[in-house]
Amino acid sequence: MADADVDATASAHALELRRVVKSFGPVVALRSGSLTLDRGSIHALIGENGAGKSTLVKVIAGLYRRDSGDFLLEGEPVDFTSTAQSKAAGIAVIYQEPTLFPDLSVTENIFMGRQPTNRIGRIDRRAMRDEATQIFTRLGVALDPERITEGLSIADQQIIEIAKAISLDAKVLIMDEPTAALSGVEVERLFAVARSLRDEGRALLFISHRFDEVFALCDTVTVMRDGSYVDTTPIAETSVDELVRQMVGRDVTDLFPKLPSEVGEVVLEVDGITRAGVFRDITFTLRAGEIVGLAGLVGAGRSEVARAIFGVDPYESGSVRLHGRPLPKGSPRAATARGLALVPEDRRKQGLVLDESVSRNVTLAIRQKLAKWGLLWGGAENRAAQEWASRLEVKTAALDAETGTLSGGNQQKVVLGKWLATEPTVLIVDEPTRGIDVGTKAEVHRLLSELAQQGLAILMISSELPEVLGMADRVLVMREGRLTGEFARTDATPEAVMFAATADAEAAK
Amino acid sequence: MTVLDTRPVQPGSSSAAALVRRIATARETGILIALLLVIVAATVANPSFLFSGDGFRDLLLTPSLLLLVAIGSAIVIITRNVDLSVGSIVGLTAYLTGRMFIDIPGIPLIGVFIGGVLLGGFLGLINGALVAFARVPALVITLGTLYIYRGINVAWAGGNRINASDLPKDFRALGTDRILGIPILTIIAAVVLIAAAWYLRNLRSGRELYAIGSDPAAAHLYGLRVTRRVIGAFVVSGALAGLAGVLYAARYGTVSSAAGFGWELQAIGAAVIGGVAISGGVGTVWGAAIGAFLLLTINRALPILGIDDFWQRAVVGALIIGSIVLDRVLAVRQHRRLIAQREVDR
Amino acid sequence: MTAATASSNGRVAPARVYKLHARPAWRRFLLTREAAIIALLILVIAIASVTVRNFDSPLTVTYLLRDVAPILLIALPMTLIIITEEIDLSVASIVGLSSVTTGILTNAGWPFVAAALTAIFVGVLCGVVNGFLVTVVGLPSLAVTIGTLALFRGIAVGLLGTTAITDFPEFWTDIAKANIPGTPIPVIMIPFAILAIIFAVLLHFTPFGRSLYAIGLNKEAAQFSGIDVGRTKFILFVLSGAVSGFAGVYFTLLYSNARGDNAMGMELQVIAAVLLGGVSIFGGRGALHGVIAGVLLIGTLGSALRLAGVTSDIINVITGVLLILSVVSASFLAWLQARRSAAVGKKKGRAGTSPDGS
Repeated sequence: MADADVDATASAHALELRRVVKSFGPVVALRSGSLTLDRGSIHALIGENGAGKSTLVKVIAGLYRRDSGDFLLEGEPVDFTSTAQSKAAGIAVIYQEPTLFPDLSVTENIFMGRQPTNRIGRIDRRAMRDEATQIFTRLGVALDPERITEGLSIADQQIIEIAKAISLDAKVLIMDEPTAALSGVEVERLFAVARSLRDEGRALLFISHRFDEVFALCDTVTVMRDGSYVDTTPIAETSVDELVRQMVGRDVTDLFPKLPSEVGEVVLEVDGITRAGVFRDITFTLRAGEIVGLAGLVGAGRSEVARAIFGVDPYESGSVRLHGRPLPKGSPRAATARGLALVPEDRRKQGLVLDESVSRNVTLAIRQKLAKWGLLWGGAENRAAQEWASRLEVKTAALDAETGTLSGGNQQKVVLGKWLATEPTVLIVDEPTRGIDVGTKAEVHRLLSELAQQGLAILMISSELPEVLGMADRVLVMREGRLTGEFARTDATPEAVMFAATADAEAAK
Repeated sequence: MTVLDTRPVQPGSSSAAALVRRIATARETGILIALLLVIVAATVANPSFLFSGDGFRDLLLTPSLLLLVAIGSAIVIITRNVDLSVGSIVGLTAYLTGRMFIDIPGIPLIGVFIGGVLLGGFLGLINGALVAFARVPALVITLGTLYIYRGINVAWAGGNRINASDLPKDFRALGTDRILGIPILTIIAAVVLIAAAWYLRNLRSGRELYAIGSDPAAAHLYGLRVTRRVIGAFVVSGALAGLAGVLYAARYGTVSSAAGFGWELQAIGAAVIGGVAISGGVGTVWGAAIGAFLLLTINRALPILGIDDFWQRAVVGALIIGSIVLDRVLAVRQHRRLIAQREVDR
Repeated sequence: MTAATASSNGRVAPARVYKLHARPAWRRFLLTREAAIIALLILVIAIASVTVRNFDSPLTVTYLLRDVAPILLIALPMTLIIITEEIDLSVASIVGLSSVTTGILTNAGWPFVAAALTAIFVGVLCGVVNGFLVTVVGLPSLAVTIGTLALFRGIAVGLLGTTAITDFPEFWTDIAKANIPGTPIPVIMIPFAILAIIFAVLLHFTPFGRSLYAIGLNKEAAQFSGIDVGRTKFILFVLSGAVSGFAGVYFTLLYSNARGDNAMGMELQVIAAVLLGGVSIFGGRGALHGVIAGVLLIGTLGSALRLAGVTSDIINVITGVLLILSVVSASFLAWLQARRSAAVGKKKGRAGTSPDGS
């Protein structure tokens, strides 16, 4: 069990952060981050998207350097300028997407660069394999140390990352949303591993949205909201209700100017689409003039559903009808031509060509429409870019500035402009305001509201509860690839949505 | 503390059975069998292919030089790079060998070997430094140095060639003599092969080459010294090409400025056929070695099997394409199988 | 939709008018790699005209353009391929195979036009093979075209062996060697000019061309924008094969000979010229006027040096050095620019890479 030493001077906390601040230009990612981790404890860190958890972790990991605030390790102040330094200090981070060498064996992945050698420098494979086996036994896991890591499930890859951390004798292990891609059995296994690590006296930080897991595994919980620390309580002394209240905090109803709009006929019908291992039996409809929010946790499969409808990803069964006509699978071009547009989740990797100008980006999806006799002169593109950039009030030095130089908010506006230029009747936006400043956020919400008023049907995927609750006429909720809830605006409370997103329906009763 | 299994223990997973299975399905085994089949077919058509004094010797001797270059190529390809300049390095060092004998009378054999290997290593260092520091794809850099090194070679030789009579007899003997029936050149190549294989398997820096090729981003995250290893790989590739150049002079006696022309393609082909993936991280020098033997043996077997040996290059091309298509098909199938298995386990 | 958006307090904000360009025209046109290469070309021509005897004779122009024409031709589709972050190393082998086809069919008594068209068709087939392996099977183009480089060349050599066919109808060989009447410019430059215009328009003035840059810079975003990446690349490989086939026919007529090893090594010259002309090996960047200047630069240098008595091996060395210099300098410039924008970003308070929320 946890070390019961009460003498404050004798047992420093394993890790302590106090009022840490981190900004990126105008975006304040971390307003006031605080955290106290003790040895022999599994500590939960919860908060919504944008609460600052990820930034806090990256500061601890040495990826970012904090602007101000205290950072102590075992009572000693530290200041990491690289991840190598934090690793050397005994901090290990297990990310959702582990970086391993797919062509090499599990054992080699654990020990690469530090393989045990004998006197002449020859790698001692048996010692390596034995140590790996020992670690896995200690963790209570059955993994063949000799198989190559390619094709291993995320769960197994995480175990390998943990094994790496153990072989480096990490004193602090941070697990960032580790269960997002895991099945029930794999989650149980991960928990058993975490408990054994805790019993060895290490400090664990468990970041998660899933309350059932937090309550099952952790002994303490810290809540963050809007980039700031809110509170820390022992798990035994709090409840889901209380935590949700702390996470959500403010009054959500009058933040976003959702204008009333007339809801018209059905324009999009999604019927039972399924993609093995990703999403199952997704069925819903969208009407002109309404904004439907699609809520859920990271990894629930919402973006995958959107991409499948739009045609970037495949799906195996089910159908999609747009304006009553079947929409062919796998062709974004057909979808666009028929009036469907998708503003993707990752604007830098999927939404924009960062090295190209604003003008080119805005006109990329309508380039064929702009061409006269198949030819494009700069003129038509610039005119279209001028129109859309000014409509959305994009701030840029010039139309031929590279979009990579714009701020996040303006980049998002360019992506929106690009897709609005295709004159869609159905618009899917995936995390439309992620990582952009408050002012631009409000502009985007106002824009979406106006579009709905003008008759567009909008599906808004968002992990930010206030945004979903404020903007949507209806809220759909997904969890682990399935639709688990549908709420009308009046019935959609933060708690109800959260429950549908995190808990089994049975467990909630 | 409960021990939880996520998947049933695989049947026959005792280490002996696993070892046998791994050897049986290895790519190297496959091409070894192909090689044996080719030899059998050619010998059946004409027994002197294998069973004459010269036949057996040539079978071993001809691929030995390419073997050295193929080992170097494999090492570079494993790091997810490519070296197109090795042919030019062979030519340059072969000529240097001749010149050393002519200009420095009485130079000890070991001196010539050191000179050739050092020059090759140096030329490889240039390649490696440009690739590692300028962050330019190795394809382009070694395309340029292929031109430059060959140009220097031709300019230096100036239309002259090294003749067999310019080289001392004991040096030339290296190219033709045998020990216990096996040509000396083949023994040298075999020693290098075993040393390279041992290095790649048993030393940390060798394993890091695989890591770098498997996922360069992860290699940086792990803190591996990527720059140093990549430069090292190119130096080794150059040094081995240099050794091959010295032995070229020993074997053929005559060295024109066209020596080694086109060898880079054969070496890369040998490696790819031998299972070294062009995307890096996979493959062994054993495979590259067998690939070299397979390539050149097929070339010699073609005329015996009634096929004009002008079709050699086409065969090389077909083999390369066949290998990479095979690799891709197997990779896709394995990926699907692993995904399906994961679904079942859930 | 209204032309202006309403702000929160009801006032209608005036529509913004944007500057088209951030930098003045002279900077946009003169501070580019293409301009640098064109300047270098002019410089080399100027120096050579003064220092090398016989350089400024009309014969020089004729021989230069005649010899460099195949490279000029193949550089056109090669530019498009490299812009999409692929490569085609098999072009010279396709030239050889096309040459062999022309020779064999002509020898067999076919009318020359039929033989030539068939040879071009063979080039198209080769392009289809490349395109299929890259886009359908999903193999990296480097590996595929190393293989087809050997395969196509091998078939060419296999078909003809060491024999060479040298008997071609005089009418056609004369045309290949002729000049446009009254000028020192070879006739081949007419089809080249037509193709160059077509490719330039295709690359710089069509939606298809826009999609090429998008694919090279961000393949994923291109897919999300409705671009069919696989089909586009397939078309490019077929174009490359077709043009290489045509270049093969011309080559055969120019030298009046069809051999299995014709144009051996030409792929390196094409790629060197394309990269020299400012096309980035990483894709997404480049323009045809720079490429044409690059080819002419290498050709002019070669011609001038040859006239000055420098042997062709030294010329090869210079080509190699130029190639390496051009890519290393591109890398260096990119590194400088990254450092500069990071410094500026720091001033403006923005980090080098903006974070993605959470």
